[in-house]
Amino acid sequence: MKNIPEIEIENLSITFKIYEKGLIQKNIKTISNLCLKAYKGEILAVVGSSGSGKSLLAHAIMGILPKNATVTGSIKYKGSELTEKRIHNLRGKEICIIPQSVSYLDPLMKVGSQVMIKNNKSCFEKMRNAFKRYDLCENAEKLYPFQYSGGMARRALISTVEQTEPSVIIADEPTPGLDKQMAYKTMKYFRDFADKGKAVIIITHDIDIAVQYADKVSVFYGGTTLETTKAENFIKGEKYLCHPYTKALYNALPQNGFKPVEGFQPSPYDVFEGCIYYDRCDIRCEKCKENIPIYNFPDGSGFVRCINGY
Amino acid sequence: MNVIKIIFKNSIRMITLLIAVAIASFILVTSSPIDPVQSYVREGVAVSAEQREEIANYWGLYNSPIERFENWGKNILNGDMGTSLIYRKPVSEVIGEKFQSSIILMSISWIISGILGFVLGVIMGVFESSKIDKFIRNICFIISSTPSFWIGMMFLIIFSVKLGWFPIGFSVPIGVSSDNITFSQKLYHAILPAITLSFSSFSNIALHTRAKITEIMKSNYILFAKARGESLFNIIKRHVLRNALIPAVTLQFASISEIFGGSILAEQVFSYPGLGQTAVDAGLRGDIPLLLGIALISSIFVFLGNIIANILYAVLDPKIREGAKYSE
Repeated sequence: MKNIPEIEIENLSITFKIYEKGLIQKNIKTISNLCLKAYKGEILAVVGSSGSGKSLLAHAIMGILPKNATVTGSIKYKGSELTEKRIHNLRGKEICIIPQSVSYLDPLMKVGSQVMIKNNKSCFEKMRNAFKRYDLCENAEKLYPFQYSGGMARRALISTVEQTEPSVIIADEPTPGLDKQMAYKTMKYFRDFADKGKAVIIITHDIDIAVQYADKVSVFYGGTTLETTKAENFIKGEKYLCHPYTKALYNALPQNGFKPVEGFQPSPYDVFEGCIYYDRCDIRCEKCKENIPIYNFPDGSGFVRCINGY
Repeated sequence: MNVIKIIFKNSIRMITLLIAVAIASFILVTSSPIDPVQSYVREGVAVSAEQREEIANYWGLYNSPIERFENWGKNILNGDMGTSLIYRKPVSEVIGEKFQSSIILMSISWIISGILGFVLGVIMGVFESSKIDKFIRNICFIISSTPSFWIGMMFLIIFSVKLGWFPIGFSVPIGVSSDNITFSQKLYHAILPAITLSFSSFSNIALHTRAKITEIMKSNYILFAKARGESLFNIIKRHVLRNALIPAVTLQFASISEIFGGSILAEQVFSYPGLGQTAVDAGLRGDIPLLLGIALISSIFVFLGNIIANILYAVLDPKIREGAKYSE
């Protein structure tokens, strides 16, 4: 282990209490035994299909989950537990989130003034500088969100981060809907944040764009992490990847053969014992139905959750 | 500009509405069994059959309804609404007088119900499903299902009869000449009926505001504001109130019609001589010109409330206000 991670998540589970058909209460575990580490100066790309719990993870870190959610496990920030009280004081200052769409902007407030966290001169200057850096003209400050295009809204949302000096930035789906050039440019902004010594967590679908800028990739499936590995392994080839799902994900990329795997991601309504990928795995065996151990890679760069190890 | 277009469109709507109201109420009145001559001469006055015939002829009662409508309509356009049979004064004068006392009553209750409703709605919405929300919500449900005349009677019994804090009725003190009545005296007489009247509409406004606020509180932009570390007070001030204000203002102006309707009952309970009570009198005693006049004036009044709501919506909502402008 080199240094203490900025964000360290261990065995995180999120359970939702919901009411089904009248008054029958049911608990749904959407995230289970999730582990994740984000280091200073690194980009961690969180990839996985829709419904694998990526955005929930971001909301859990920020402490903005709905009231009916229960969180167990531990989230640590700079080595000590991130309690509810602590995140209340830190969010927006040291830990920032960049949401994904224009709906996260107040529709009745001019974008410039809502990017400013406080109405004072230094916030105004920071906002103006950020707008300049992200190619938003001065006129854009005075527009309302409905007058923004999707790309402009995304850049305005990124500029909210520059109001403070955060050490952790979480970006929720920063690239979909952007053309390739814009997407690369956006990823470049995040690379700059990381190079300035911030820990960046990017939640994304765009694996092939993400792996070019990220340092590590964490693969989500059915509410848990199956593998965390160096981003370069995704470029080097299938044999550098360990988990069967990660390999399948790699092979499903257009440039790697576009191969689909049959079946569906299990719904959080199904209760699972053992490996969550069991139904779709090519190399499954009886032992997969038991508890799956985590194998850390010897160089400390990641881990895999599979009985076959690395 | 957009706003001018909206004003123009609504003015046309108002004119067509007034024509429709005029025709409809005229048809209703002419087909009712009221005999205008009988209402005019009243019972107990010795008027011979020939004299009655003469009056009817003079008024043109034997003309066709269309001719009569034409005649009445022309006079209305010239500002002459006829003479009230009860008050023996021009209808416009009677309405003007009664409207003045009604407007005090209605505006007090309009302001009370608007502010009270909005504040309670915000509290309920922000603290959704907390104890305070449930408590206020239940009170709102109880009040909105209680008839306002009953509330009025309870107020009279408690505050006027038992406690003696407020007068038991009328819009001015008894036995004081009209020159000596001050505005504060009028206000004092309007308070209890106004509170009664606002009871019929504030709970409605509060529940509507609550629904809107809970929707706002669940929106993505509030979630993001929380994630940016804004305090609850700041979130309410910066985002919630701003977004709740447009529907609230619209609702407030649209509630004018409710207040107007409610004022008839409230005025009746408190023997408050306003427009509502006059309308009831005019109906019961067959004062056709006054009844038609009140119908027209009240529809203008209610329509103006709605028009203002529409225009304010356009002025306040940037999507409508700046929708025409081209963005980057």
